Amino acid sequence: MSTPTETDAESRARDILGVSRLTNPALSSWLQGLPGVDQVGCEARAASLGTRSVKTTSKEWAIDTAIGMIDLTTLEGADTPGRVSGLCTKALSPDPTDLSTPRPAAVCVYGDMVPVARQTLGDGSGVKVAAVATAFPSGRASLAVKLADTADAVSAGADEIDMVIDRGAFLSGDYRTVFEQIVEVKRVCGGARLKVILETGELVTYDNVRRASYLAMLAGGDFVKTSTGKVQPAATLPVTLVMLEAVRDWRELTGVQVGVKPAGGIRTSKDAITFLVTVNEIAGEDWLDPFWFRFGASSLLNDLLLQRQRMRTGAYSGADYVADDSPSLY
Amino acid sequence: MSTSTSARRAPAAGRVDVRKTYKLYIGGAFPRSESGRSYEVYAAPRGSRGSTPVFLANVAKGSRKDARNAVAAARKAVGGWSGATAYNRGQVLYRIAEVMESRRSTFVEDVRIGEGLTPARAEAVVSAAIDRWVWYAGWADKFAQVTSTVNPVAGPFFNISAPEPTGVVALLAPQESSLLGLVSVVAPAIVTGNTCVVLPSRQRPLPAVDLAEALATSDVPGGVVNIVTCHTAEVAPWLASHRDVNAIDLTGTAGVEDLAWGELELAAAESVTRVLRPAGRGPAAVEEDFTAEPGTARMQAFVETKTVWHPKGL
Repeated sequence: MSTPTETDAESRARDILGVSRLTNPALSSWLQGLPGVDQVGCEARAASLGTRSVKTTSKEWAIDTAIGMIDLTTLEGADTPGRVSGLCTKALSPDPTDLSTPRPAAVCVYGDMVPVARQTLGDGSGVKVAAVATAFPSGRASLAVKLADTADAVSAGADEIDMVIDRGAFLSGDYRTVFEQIVEVKRVCGGARLKVILETGELVTYDNVRRASYLAMLAGGDFVKTSTGKVQPAATLPVTLVMLEAVRDWRELTGVQVGVKPAGGIRTSKDAITFLVTVNEIAGEDWLDPFWFRFGASSLLNDLLLQRQRMRTGAYSGADYVADDSPSLY
Repeated sequence: MSTSTSARRAPAAGRVDVRKTYKLYIGGAFPRSESGRSYEVYAAPRGSRGSTPVFLANVAKGSRKDARNAVAAARKAVGGWSGATAYNRGQVLYRIAEVMESRRSTFVEDVRIGEGLTPARAEAVVSAAIDRWVWYAGWADKFAQVTSTVNPVAGPFFNISAPEPTGVVALLAPQESSLLGLVSVVAPAIVTGNTCVVLPSRQRPLPAVDLAEALATSDVPGGVVNIVTCHTAEVAPWLASHRDVNAIDLTGTAGVEDLAWGELELAAAESVTRVLRPAGRGPAAVEEDFTAEPGTARMQAFVETKTVWHPKGL
C-alpha cells in the first residue's frame, strides 16, 4: 500500500464517506452509522472460539507461528540500556538450547531506547524495532510534541511506530482531531509502519472499538492495536474479534489490508493459540502472518518456549530453563 | 457427615442423601480433573465377607495435566512457605493436627473401611497420624540446629553449613498405609519449607481427600500441599521427568504394577532431581513400616546444604 500524504488520506476519506468536505459532523455521522456490535453475541462467539482443541502437530505450528508474531515488549519507567539490550539478545536467540526456535517479529521499546535496540539487533537479523510514541501511554500532549516524539524515534532507526490516539477527543466526539493527528503522525513516520493504539479499555463499548478502528484505518494506520498494556482490561478476545471484523470488512470496502495487534494480558500459550484460531476464523488465513498480526507481550514468549521444550523433550519444563527477563537488581 | 455415601450410611427416612464429589486439591482449591475422568474405589476385603467388594466412591482420576497444574501451584507457593519462619511452620503443622483431631470420626471411618481394619485399630492409626503431625511440628525450629554445622577451615573464617528447602517435592505416597503413611511422607517434606505434589494411594485415596479438607481449613497456604488422586503408574512418570520438580519420593512405587522405580529414577536424573528410593533391596520396592518412630532421614532427603564463609572480626 502506498503511504498516503495528508491530501491523499483526506481525499480518500472524502471518497469513502461520499462528502465534499471532511468535517467533524460528516465523520461523526459516518462512524455513528456503522452497524452496532451485538455485545452478547460477540462475547459468546469469542468464548466458543476458546474451546477449540488444537492437537500436536497443529500446536507445534501454532507455537512457532505465535513466537514469530511477538512484539517483545519492555515499556517501564525503570528500563535501562542494559535491560533493553538484554531483551534484544533474547529476541535474537530466544532459546539458546534450541537454535531452530523462530525469532520474534520485533522488540517494542520507548523512543529513547531505539538506538540501544538498533545497535544490539544490528541489521539483517529480521527482528524489527518498534517504538511507542506520541506521549505514550496517555497521549496527553500537543500535536507538535507528538510529532517531535515520532520523528525522534524514526530518525533513531525505528521500523515501526506505535502511537496512541487521543481518547479524550474521541470520547468527546471530536473525531476530526483524532483523524488529523493520525494523518500527521503517519506523514512523519515516512517508511515506518504505523500502529494505532485505540486503548480499548478506555473506550467502554464495543461500538466505540469498531468506530475507533474504522477511524484509524480511514486515517491511514497500518495496524490497529488494542491497548498500551497500562490500562485494564487490555487485550480481551471479544475486543480483538471486533477489530478483526473491522480489518476484514475494510479490505472488502477499500482493498487495503490492515494489521491487528492485541497487546497486554496475553500470557499463556493457550491464550495465544486461541487468538490465532480467532484470526483464522474471523479475518482469514491472510492475516496469519507476522506482517499482519502481532502479539504485544513479554512473558508470553517464555510460556511458548516452555511449551516448545515440552514438545521437543517429552518432559514438562520449568522456569529454570528459559531466560529470566524480569528486572534484575544486579 | 461430609463423607457419608449410600454405601456406608443410609440416609434418615424422608431425607435425600447428600452425596459427596471427590475432587483434587490444587493450589488451595478443589478442582475436578481437567480430563473429566473418575474411577471407582472399593472397600478393602475383610475375611470371608470380602467376596464382593463394597463400592465406596467415584474419585477424580487425575491426569498428567492435573499434575502439571499441581506443580505450577506448588512452585508458586515455594517463596511464601520457605520464607515463613520455622517457628511459624511448626505452628501451622500443629494446627493441622488440631483440625484432624476435630474431624477424627471421618478419618477413622475412612481408614477402617478403606484399609479393612477393626474399629480399635483404625482409631489407633488415626491417633498415630495426628501424633505424627505434632512430632514433625516440633522439629520445625529444631531441624536446622541439629543438622547445621560449623566447619573447621584453614583461615580466619567462620564456615557454616545449614539446610535449606530444595523446592517442589513430588511424593508418591504409600499404597497400603493410606493415612499414617500419607502423613508420614507429607509432613517431613513440608516441615523444612518445601511444597509438594502428592499422588496418594490409588486404591485407598479417601483419607487423602479428607486430609485435603483438613489442610484447606487449617492455616496451610494454598499450593503448599497439592493432592492429585490418580492411577499412580500413569502420572508418576510425568512428575519424575518434570524439570520443575526438585525432588521425588518413590515410596509409593511399592505394590504398583507396571511401574519400576528404577525407570523413574532414570527419568529424574535427566534434570538432576533428588530421589528418595523406596525401602527394600533391588528392583522390588517394599513399603516400609510407618508405625515406627520415623527419625530425621525423610526431612534430610529434601534439603540442600548451603555453606557460607564469613570473615572473623577482631
